[in-house]
Amino acid sequence: MKILKQILRTGIVTEPLQSEVSAEIRDVGAKLDEVIRKRFRGSLTIRQVDAGSCNGCELEIHAINNPIYNCEQFGIHFTASPRFADMLLVTGPVTRNMEIALRRTYNSTPPPKLVVAVGDCGCNGGIFGETYASLGGIDKVIPVDVYIPGCPPTPIALLNGILRAVGSR
Amino acid sequence: MSILKDAILSAIGPDAKFDGRNYPASMDFCTVPRGKFIDTARAMKKANALLVAEWSADESPLGRGFGVYACYRWGAEYLIVKIELPYDDPIFTSISGKFLPAYRFERQMMSLMGVVPVGHPDLRPWIKFEDWPEDAWPLRKSFDASKPMPRVEGEYNFVRAEGEGVYEIPVGPVHAGIIEPGHFRFQAVGEDILNLEERLGYVHKGIEKRFESLSWQEGSMLAGRVSGDTTVAHSLAYCIALESMTGCLVPQRAQWLRALFLERERIANHLGDIGAVCNDAAFAFMLYQMSRLRELMMQTNHKLFSHRFIMDRIIPGGVSVDIDSGGKEMILSELKQLLKEFNRLMAIYDENSSLEDRVRDTGILIPEKAREICAVGIVARASGMNIDCRMQNPFPPYDRIGVNVPVLIYGDVNARVYIRIKEVRESVRIIREILETLPTGPTSADCKIPAPDCSGFAAVEGWRGEIVYWLQSGPNGEINRCMVRDPSSVNWLGLEQAVLGNIVPDFPLCNKSFNQSYSGNDL
Ligand code: SF4
Repeated sequence: MKILKQILRTGIVTEPLQSEVSAEIRDVGAKLDEVIRKRFRGSLTIRQVDAGSCNGCELEIHAINNPIYNCEQFGIHFTASPRFADMLLVTGPVTRNMEIALRRTYNSTPPPKLVVAVGDCGCNGGIFGETYASLGGIDKVIPVDVYIPGCPPTPIALLNGILRAVGSR
Repeated sequence: MSILKDAILSAIGPDAKFDGRNYPASMDFCTVPRGKFIDTARAMKKANALLVAEWSADESPLGRGFGVYACYRWGAEYLIVKIELPYDDPIFTSISGKFLPAYRFERQMMSLMGVVPVGHPDLRPWIKFEDWPEDAWPLRKSFDASKPMPRVEGEYNFVRAEGEGVYEIPVGPVHAGIIEPGHFRFQAVGEDILNLEERLGYVHKGIEKRFESLSWQEGSMLAGRVSGDTTVAHSLAYCIALESMTGCLVPQRAQWLRALFLERERIANHLGDIGAVCNDAAFAFMLYQMSRLRELMMQTNHKLFSHRFIMDRIIPGGVSVDIDSGGKEMILSELKQLLKEFNRLMAIYDENSSLEDRVRDTGILIPEKAREICAVGIVARASGMNIDCRMQNPFPPYDRIGVNVPVLIYGDVNARVYIRIKEVRESVRIIREILETLPTGPTSADCKIPAPDCSGFAAVEGWRGEIVYWLQSGPNGEINRCMVRDPSSVNWLGLEQAVLGNIVPDFPLCNKSFNQSYSGNDL
């Protein structure tokens, strides 16, 4: 009963809040929705891979799933298996200790696959650089289609980056 | 009065030299002969101290061999014991028989520095993987960190439980959800977990070595990226350690703002965790609600401090952002809404009996075990340990505002959730007091670079628990060593204990209730 009340109270939270943010979400969301409908039959399936991140980027990827950004409404779904994925969303830097696991995940994703490098670290290794333990950006190990810089990129930047990736196809 | 110092002195007498340039000066620091390391550990055990961390430093630039350090804690007291090892004979007696967490600390020291803990029962590499060259010891000064390492053949020997009906389940490193990588290996009979072995190190980025190539200023940015969910607390611990070495006096307003950021980070992460635990107990409604509240905070942070996690806003000497009266109002009204909704949601948590079924008596870490592993933070407080650096080792304004630290003794998933619930409310109260008493004045002071060959220590209560930094300057006042101890380095041991006897399907729930950091552990 209380749950119902809370649901009614909360309503559709994608609406109110800070208006600039919701305008941005609506804007990128509409475009995502259109491209995903046209080119991915309404459903874009993403496998996220942490190839060595500090977990900051992961938090923002979680955030695009929260009820404010609610990426599912634009047809974006996260999957547990690379075998069903249209896109790999990879955070980095790629550590030496994750290199093999990343290659394996890449190889088990069926073509045509999109690879998106997330965060300054995913783009070029960020503050961790290229060392004995950090191999640098994702493209040191697998081919990358689109880069989303930021430390971490905001949810809006993530959605825009995903849009760029699906639009590039 | 210093209980730990007295205990060392009565155990080994004048062999313990209480000098050395370790800061803050209020903390006890002693050097003892190599052969007495184990005696000091025994004395610390007898004094009921906890082992905070154990690490080593290559001090050859300073004209010495290796330093091996152990840090102990009793109540508000911290004490560091140091021994020195010659470069060509880097062995010492293991203290893992006295303190359980030394077990992993020493494996790590052996793996990354090549100092050998004699008498340690298990010297399999840790963090270092089997395909690294055996003599690759990255923390040694002679190791060139800029070069990639070749891969060699090798195999990691997992612990095996044998017997009728025992089977093994390997999980990871890449997991199903959006989480960090790590490997877990279960031995189970039927559904019951007999043994869990964690194998971590996948996200080892060479952070400690990286510090040594950075300036002190850059160091605080790297500290803020040791574990992104704890960016505030890590950079704060780093800065406090550095400021202690340089005698930098941080202005009051900056202190208050640092506490504000720390509490906001605590609330945001606790909200996320409460939601995630409920989600794993098949109550997705709560995840949506909590992540919505969390998002509110992120947006406020972004507006006021131009970063959603308040990253890089704590700098050596103070903070790099300020708040005006409009900002204060914004936080107060955000908190008012947040607390109202939070309380309403927690009433739902309390009344949900199917949720209660899952979280009660699941994943129990009994108080004895928690002490044995020297647990810290929420994990410790859910298992009867009354420890919190904000209470025992406070920086202003915590010494004035005070912190009501919740402690529970059941040690189950529910207790770990409940500690978080109570802490959210307490942090809201603390933030209100911070804003009410916020002093005027500058928000940063000049932080010089340290003198050569000294060291600095700091412990800060992040949302997971006590974060420890120990910094050492080299002959030119540069970073010679930066030791990072995230709460996860000890608390991961607790998860291995807590899942025993639970059913395999409850593992994700147990794991979420701990929610330890991989990146902070692997460094
Ligand atoms: S880009 Fe920033 S948030 Fe993302 S993994 Fe790198 S340091 Fe962490």
